[in-house]
Amino acid sequence: MCAAQRTVRRTGAAFVLAGVLSVLAGCATDSDSDTLIVFAASSLVDAFAEIGAAFEQQNAGADVVITTGGSSALRAQIIDGAPAAVFASANASTMDAVVEAGDTAAGPQVFARNGLEVVAPAGNAGGVRGLSDLARGDLFVGLCAVGVPCGDLSRDVLGEGGVIPSVDTDEPDARALLSKIVDGELDVGLVYTTDALSAGDHVVAFATGVDLNTPYLIAPLEGAADPELASAFVDYVTGRTGQAVLSEQGFLAP
Amino acid sequence: MTARRRTEERTPLLLGVLASLGIALVAIPLVGLLIRVPWSDLGSLLSSDVVLDALRISLISSVAAAALSTLLGVPLAWLLARRRFRGRRVVRAAVTLPMVLPPVVGGAALLFALGRRGVVGEPLDDLTGVVLPFSLAGVIVANTFVAMPFLVLTVEGALSNSDRGVEAAAASLGASSLRIFWSVTLPAIAPSLRAGIVLAWARALGEFGATVTFAGNLQGRTQTLPLAVFVSLENDRDAALAMSLVMVAVSFAVLLGLRDRWWNSR
Repeated sequence: MCAAQRTVRRTGAAFVLAGVLSVLAGCATDSDSDTLIVFAASSLVDAFAEIGAAFEQQNAGADVVITTGGSSALRAQIIDGAPAAVFASANASTMDAVVEAGDTAAGPQVFARNGLEVVAPAGNAGGVRGLSDLARGDLFVGLCAVGVPCGDLSRDVLGEGGVIPSVDTDEPDARALLSKIVDGELDVGLVYTTDALSAGDHVVAFATGVDLNTPYLIAPLEGAADPELASAFVDYVTGRTGQAVLSEQGFLAP
Repeated sequence: MTARRRTEERTPLLLGVLASLGIALVAIPLVGLLIRVPWSDLGSLLSSDVVLDALRISLISSVAAAALSTLLGVPLAWLLARRRFRGRRVVRAAVTLPMVLPPVVGGAALLFALGRRGVVGEPLDDLTGVVLPFSLAGVIVANTFVAMPFLVLTVEGALSNSDRGVEAAAASLGASSLRIFWSVTLPAIAPSLRAGIVLAWARALGEFGATVTFAGNLQGRTQTLPLAVFVSLENDRDAALAMSLVMVAVSFAVLLGLRDRWWNSR
């Protein structure tokens, strides 16, 4: 971390002021320039952990730090100046907003796609069989919130399928929804195909019967401490190794 | 005499500078918020369905949580202040824990205990059909969990410091212990009790992590103001800012009204 912060602990009160000031200034002189901060949609958490580890092995000294969250929350943080080097979003509109704000260093590329599945906890106590069960009032039904990519895609799929859902909770991101289904707190929900796959035996999954998917876009950002490393990571994700990991995790090809 | 007074009045430069930085740390984000608030659209933003629903849910759940905290917290504070029993320190630490714990952890713990598959939640559902998650009752439970420690600590402090002579006199006159508690002890600590209730209420009003983890997020049922702010921050910045302004104004007014009572009572 910042050198100034370490100094505070070792020396006396006279240095406290300097320390505080440098913290307030955001530690502008950060020595760890090989740290690559990647902001990724929460559905990418497993895939990017694997890709990040492989990238670190290929690039000695690079330290990939992956922050996952709802794409729209990450978008807001980037636009507000979070020091991210790469952004990977789970739909086009969140990436568009970052591009419009002038925060991308190069044009975004589609690197994967993801569909949705109807998912119930293991045991399927609610007797779920498909998309229409999301309309049942006797079940606890969860969706991603509107404005989060999985939430917007869910509304599109439900609209296309002619189902009006009886929602009990609008979860702030895809993973939060998945964990409530895995725990059996919710009887049914719409989650990404990849999330359904990662949950394994903890869930039973059904096809939605609607052929809609969301594109994942990636772009290096203006705020990157090491722009070359940032574009190298983007190339790595869109390249052979990245694509192999993504397809293994259940993502569709771009 | 005069010399001594002068020393007392002089603020050491270092302390003054650090204190000013402390004020800045708190004030600057507030100013940042106020600058971004869309003042001209405030009326229409605050009268939208999302905001009105969130206001209603927040009001109901925070008042109910403050009431529940008082009902359970005052006896608990009395026990901690007035009775020496084995494990008292452990109980006090456990009761205070929600103040320190990340609220998300508290929410997860509540889910494991009181969720539909929880240790207590599952039998509760089987026997009574009561399901706390994804309900307003769940929001109230989550709010009480995080808010009650504030009341317990405040009231316990007052009870430990209060003069017990009057209680002894009442006892010597033959008053029952419950009567003494009700008509002597409670009136004596009334200002601290009031402060504790308001602090618990304010904490419940601002609750986010435990609520979203345990009770979910649904407009009109479980979506409180902080949840609505979080969701809108991503889609509808102006509405989020307007709601944030409401929360800042209400909380500030409450804390201002409390003045120094919380601290003086201890």
